Amino acid sequence: MNATTALWLTIAVPLAGAALVVVLDRRPNQREGATLLTAVALLALVLRLWFALQAGETPAKVLVETLPGIPLALAVEPLGMLFALVASTLWIVTSIYSIGYMRAHHEKHQTRFYCAFAVALASAMGVAFAANMFTLFVFYEALTLSTYPLVTHAGTQEARRAGRVYLGLLLGTSIGLQLFAIVWTWMLTGTLDFRDGGILRDAAPPTVIGALYIIYIFGIGKAALMPFHRWLPAAMVAPTPVSALLHAVAVVKAGVFTVLKVTVYLFGIDLLAHSGVSEWLPYVAAATILIASLVAMSQDNLKLRLAYSTVSQLGYVVLGALLANAAGIIGGAMHIAMHAFGKITLFFCAGAILVATHKTEISQMRGLGRSMPITMAAFFICSLSIIGLPPMGGMWSKWFLALATLDAGKLSLLAVLMVSTLLNVAYLMPIPIRAFFSSDKATATGIKEAPLPCLIALIISAIGCMLLFFYPDPVYRLITPVVAR
Amino acid sequence: MIRQHLPILQVIIPLLSAPLSVLLHKRWLVWGLTVLASMCAFIISILLLQQVLARGVISYELGGWAAPWGIEYRIDVVNAFVLVIISAIGAIVPLYAARSVEREIAADRISLFYTAYLLCLAGLLGIAATGDAFNVFVFLEISSLSSYILISLGHDRRALTASYQYLVMGTIGATFILIGIGLAYMMTGTLNMMDLARRVPAVADTRTIRAALAFLTVGISLKLALFPLHLWLPNAYAYAPSTVTAFLAATATKVAIYLLLRFLFTIFGAVLSFEEMILHFVLMPLALVAVFSASIVAIFQDNLKRMLAYSSVAQIGYIILGISFVSVTGLTAGILHLFNHALMKGALFMALGCVVYRLGSVRLRDIAGLGRRMPWTFAAIVIGGLSLIGIPLTVGFISKWYLVLAALESQLWWVAVLVLVGSLLAVAYVWRVVEAAFFQPPPRHAAQYQEAPLSLLIPTWILIGANIYFGIDAERTVSIAQRAAEWLLRGPS
Repeated sequence: MNATTALWLTIAVPLAGAALVVVLDRRPNQREGATLLTAVALLALVLRLWFALQAGETPAKVLVETLPGIPLALAVEPLGMLFALVASTLWIVTSIYSIGYMRAHHEKHQTRFYCAFAVALASAMGVAFAANMFTLFVFYEALTLSTYPLVTHAGTQEARRAGRVYLGLLLGTSIGLQLFAIVWTWMLTGTLDFRDGGILRDAAPPTVIGALYIIYIFGIGKAALMPFHRWLPAAMVAPTPVSALLHAVAVVKAGVFTVLKVTVYLFGIDLLAHSGVSEWLPYVAAATILIASLVAMSQDNLKLRLAYSTVSQLGYVVLGALLANAAGIIGGAMHIAMHAFGKITLFFCAGAILVATHKTEISQMRGLGRSMPITMAAFFICSLSIIGLPPMGGMWSKWFLALATLDAGKLSLLAVLMVSTLLNVAYLMPIPIRAFFSSDKATATGIKEAPLPCLIALIISAIGCMLLFFYPDPVYRLITPVVAR
Repeated sequence: MIRQHLPILQVIIPLLSAPLSVLLHKRWLVWGLTVLASMCAFIISILLLQQVLARGVISYELGGWAAPWGIEYRIDVVNAFVLVIISAIGAIVPLYAARSVEREIAADRISLFYTAYLLCLAGLLGIAATGDAFNVFVFLEISSLSSYILISLGHDRRALTASYQYLVMGTIGATFILIGIGLAYMMTGTLNMMDLARRVPAVADTRTIRAALAFLTVGISLKLALFPLHLWLPNAYAYAPSTVTAFLAATATKVAIYLLLRFLFTIFGAVLSFEEMILHFVLMPLALVAVFSASIVAIFQDNLKRMLAYSSVAQIGYIILGISFVSVTGLTAGILHLFNHALMKGALFMALGCVVYRLGSVRLRDIAGLGRRMPWTFAAIVIGGLSLIGIPLTVGFISKWYLVLAALESQLWWVAVLVLVGSLLAVAYVWRVVEAAFFQPPPRHAAQYQEAPLSLLIPTWILIGANIYFGIDAERTVSIAQRAAEWLLRGPS
């Protein structure tokens, strides 16, 4: 297949999948079959594009010229490729997991669930392959709107309130700040294309560049930089597969990915390094990393603890971008992949525990390791990855981020990374340790592992986590051209 | 041969169809005539726009009498575009009306409804087409009087007081406009717009001309419902039959805004209006207050039609805001939003009409959980709402883009921020509907409600489709609006 065709099909196929899901409303088995089939087809398309990129091609397609000079256009470049690979791979895993979870949990409105899920994936692909900031913004908003019905899935008062926070913060930041910054960029440069080295060089004095960059960084609410992080814990009312794929991978990674894109292709790291913002803005990200970790320690609800952990981990990627040097960009981009595999497994485990035991609070999970050994083992392995210890993939991204702080000459930020690692140990490790080594008679009886599809999914993603330690090379090679040019 | 008579045919076909419909009297015959006449008007307006874009201004002498003595119809890019907006909505509404009116208007008055509708359409088209200031007043009265009738046809008895309220306010507005035209005539001795434009600069310093400008601005602002002269609008829109609301919301205020553009830019000229009379210092704050106050009031409305009516006041604020930048981009934004807002509000009020058709009510608590019972209707409301908010790939985004750009170009970054914050208020009032319809449990008797009939859904979805189409491929509308903006700023020549 032609690579250009594959490019627009990455958006068309999930949309077609969504339509198919709606058509197969009354036949659950075929409906889930359609989801799986779509997910596999999407991964095949993304792989096709990956091979094209490795062969030196750069597929690009203009869909339509929306405004004079501002087309809706797609193009493949390494950062987007990485994001698309991560999201489409994990969609298959999540689809398997969803089948087990949604049925075992007797969720209602499953057709709406699978349909919105597919639309969200189409939007994520659009974000990944956007050729300019306008296209990215279009799909960014589509991602917000398509995940809203997933967040409010339960339809309870609590879910609706969470939905309001979700929508309010994400639309508020994107319309109030990000769109403002985009129009401003257009006014300064007359283009919104993503270009190597950025488009804003010589367009404005450094103070304006700095101000514009700050508006972008806070306007990308999906990156969950404090104080605009509240939507992520709020989104935890959603069914667990949503929290796993969308609020640990697709949506939040779309946020930090956008931060990277803006940093590298709109501003250019050279320009930022000289504008002065890279002197103090990284400390905002550092504050997010530490504060979110501390909040995570105080949460007893497992999903909320994981959510705050995500806020903290997203801070790593933003930190990498804000440091505006080569190692930072590489570390940040790698962390997109590493954290995705780790965190999605943790959420899978949380969902498996919920399905098997109907427990949501960490304090109730003592001794659970005996009755759910596989789940808890996977949880332990992936906790190591989030913490950043070998032999887990999470180590590599932390390695590069640490290098980046040294390159930037900011030892205090290195200290932040190290302290954060300790905090990660403190809030993640007690969960599997208590599960295995503490005995609680109340939980010991009558509990079995979660349904088979759930187990398969969490085993696959845990193995992925380990593979990324031994074979980080493809990810590294994919990313380096971004900063080498 | 017939091509050169298009400017008058544009107005005269609906105008003559009105008395004809009284004679026909049979409901379905009258409906057929209305559809036919409005379709003709739409086709003519498209032809006119093509002609203007290709060959420039069209001047038509009524009855062959040359300009200063006879009445001239003058079509340039600006009013050609406005004619397309009015007649496009005017052509879709009758298709929708057939079923909706049956439910909402007493059977013996239905043919009367179509007569008034045709008159109103003719009046609105006439205001836009004519190049004669007094002719404007005549058509204004035709459209106003017929719209009072249309509103009073609403089945709620409060429609009568709403109509009366509008009648009082509308008459004051029309009188102000007449006084303004009279004062201008006193000083220049002409009623032809081009002549006026040529002679006004010589007497621009006189108090009379300035008073004329003031009277006209206030009078037109009343008709276009600029804050704080908007008080007639919410009731009128809330209690009128759904079809009428959809039609008036998408056209009547738009024509008034066109009139404001015509008087301020073409006749008095941007120099007098803005450099000497500094009208933008009045218009911009009023527009911003309109956006915020009306949006906030909209959030607390229980009646959805009234909520959208307040939203209209806010959206008119955006249009006036665009105009008050007095720049090409600003005017482009204003004129674009003229078109875009007609599409959004037309679609939204039609969708609400579908709800009225099934429920007989548009109160927020009555629509709880109906999203699953009437998926197409509420999907239309969601998409229309997204357009109102300004989500990309809808027309609302295009308008917002140019408004923010215009504010930034004028170095008014705080205005740009306010525009964006204003659209977040739209999120608040649109999302109340979405939550109620899709995420609240339906009441026990909900099973009896079904999806609205196709004859209502198809016209609604044509407009929704237009919302999306012109949001994705905006090049054509933008280039027309831009040409219109440049034309207005260049002044008469």
